Amino acid sequence: MEKIGRFGEYGGQYVPETVMNAVHELEEAYEKYRNDPQFRAELAELYRTYAGRPSMLYYAEKMTKDLGGCRIYLKREDMNHTGAHKINNVLGQILLAKKMGKKRIIAETGAGQHGVATATACALMGLECCVYMGSTDVERQSLNVYRMRLLGSEVVAVDSGTATLKDAINEAFRDWTTNVETTFYCIGSVMGPHPYPMMVRDFQKIIGEEIRSQLQEREGKLPDCVIACVGGGSNAMGAFYDFIPHKSVRLIGAEAAGKGIDTEEHAATLAKGETGIFHGMKSVFLQDEFGQIAPVYSISAGLDYPGIGPEHAHLWKSGRAEYVGITDEEAVCAFEYLSRTEGIIPAIESSHAVAVALKIAPTMAKDQIMVINISGRGDKDVYSVARYRGVEVEN
Amino acid sequence: MNRIDKCFEQLKAEGRKALITFITAGDPDMDTTEKTALKMYDSGADMIELGVPFSDPVAEGVTIQKASLRSLSGGTNLTKIFACVQKIRAKTDKPLLLMMYINTIFRYGTDKFFAQCREYGIDGVIVPDTPYEERDEIADYAEKYGIVSVNLVAPTSHDRIKEIAANSKGFLYCVSSTGVTGVRQSYTTNFEEFFGLIKESCPCPYAVGFGISGPQQAKKMSSYCDGVIVGSAIVRIMEEKGKDSVESVGEFVRSLRTALDG
Repeated sequence: MEKIGRFGEYGGQYVPETVMNAVHELEEAYEKYRNDPQFRAELAELYRTYAGRPSMLYYAEKMTKDLGGCRIYLKREDMNHTGAHKINNVLGQILLAKKMGKKRIIAETGAGQHGVATATACALMGLECCVYMGSTDVERQSLNVYRMRLLGSEVVAVDSGTATLKDAINEAFRDWTTNVETTFYCIGSVMGPHPYPMMVRDFQKIIGEEIRSQLQEREGKLPDCVIACVGGGSNAMGAFYDFIPHKSVRLIGAEAAGKGIDTEEHAATLAKGETGIFHGMKSVFLQDEFGQIAPVYSISAGLDYPGIGPEHAHLWKSGRAEYVGITDEEAVCAFEYLSRTEGIIPAIESSHAVAVALKIAPTMAKDQIMVINISGRGDKDVYSVARYRGVEVEN
Repeated sequence: MNRIDKCFEQLKAEGRKALITFITAGDPDMDTTEKTALKMYDSGADMIELGVPFSDPVAEGVTIQKASLRSLSGGTNLTKIFACVQKIRAKTDKPLLLMMYINTIFRYGTDKFFAQCREYGIDGVIVPDTPYEERDEIADYAEKYGIVSVNLVAPTSHDRIKEIAANSKGFLYCVSSTGVTGVRQSYTTNFEEFFGLIKESCPCPYAVGFGISGPQQAKKMSSYCDGVIVGSAIVRIMEEKGKDSVESVGEFVRSLRTALDG
């Protein structure tokens, strides 16, 4: 039997029966609208006039010279409205929710970027919004909490488990199970039950499509390497997708190695995880020998997740993409490096991708091209980086 | 014949409804689980579901979430639960089921898991995060070792109710209402319509669970089906009394039995 929503062995729809019909309803609605000219035109208009797309592809000349290797381009998703790539997905899902006649939107958030994007889109389209956020994250990203409330969203702090992203997702699932008939769950990454991994990737794939056409214009060729950070993996999936058939393009995902993958404190799912079934999908998860989901750690709240989207698991298993662990220290150094060198403060999540570039750009030839996806801006992280460096600043 | 089928057959012959009770295994320890389970059988439970605690129980309300945490913090794992099952099975021939999340089975090794269910005397499994469409994940393995994999339907299952019901074995678990597990004040489900569809298409007995708080509600809900499932209301007693829960749980289960038979 052909299984739907699979990427190789990964994916599927492992959700409680109560929400199964909602999952099917979403599948049908997405199938109906994904190629609907009216829907696509409305979304394209929102991308152009509201999100500020296309985002720029910036040639990082100083960085290129400094590292002495390949030519480095930065895809500036940090320049989007709300400061990250998250808005691409959210505008798509909220527009879809509106078409489906849903009145209430729920979302989970880690760093707060997806929560802010969702609250923003709900304000724009006049929908009720409730965002679940782990209480640990509420504390380290208090400005984003205020931002969401300012946008008219309710923010619920989740105390259960490790009080981070996975627990926020658990609670959002519970809400969805309870209010399924009125509520649309706007998942923030390429994860969860089918059709979410496919749908979120489709809403994010514009990143890679723009990279390709912008680079074609500037350089007349494909990049040799595309680098992006991965938590759940939506910005990476968006940046990679268009290049998957082009085998010459090396695709590299940066995982959060926290305090090191040989410690207990990291979120390097592909380096240390095992296949499992959780949050609606079969994928790779950090877990113990009895399948209990492991607590994870990263300085980056957006990468602090014990799993990864099923399509990434497939790209990894099939060898099409490679995944590298980046520690807190390496990410913070990259955060500081890009700020100093190019005058661009990247999100601490995106800094993991920059850190990979710092390692491999010098090993590449001068006529080769690397694109780093700067998935978000780093204003939100200034406080936690200062604290990491032992500098007292007021939050 | 599987103990579940045998049990329902006997109940039907006697004109009685099944009482299915739930506790989280290892809450607060395995010794209490064994004693409480045996007490529940003695007090009139026909079948027992042992909850296998999971770190992230997305289908559970606060009561069972907390029980899972209490159990896990005491070091509960599947190996210890099977040892407890073996002890319970040595003292009773009544049906015993595991309610658990799919990752626990998958990580243990699906074939090995069902082989051990058979070896230690588990009769059925209920896996709330594996819907009918993903049944291939476990169905063939369960079948191979003669273990019932219980299907679930919910009021929101709509036009899938018939197909899920028609392909049920052992019994069909009817989720009373939307939401996670836990005691409810009232229901908004149209039960006549919901159970009407089930009755038309279900070849095996069907029982209702989620939110049944006490004897009166159990009695009322039993009029729609062949049995009732009570979980969180019992786990709340465990939460309050810990190791000293055995007698209180026994009394509560007795009150449910009396109401159902009355």
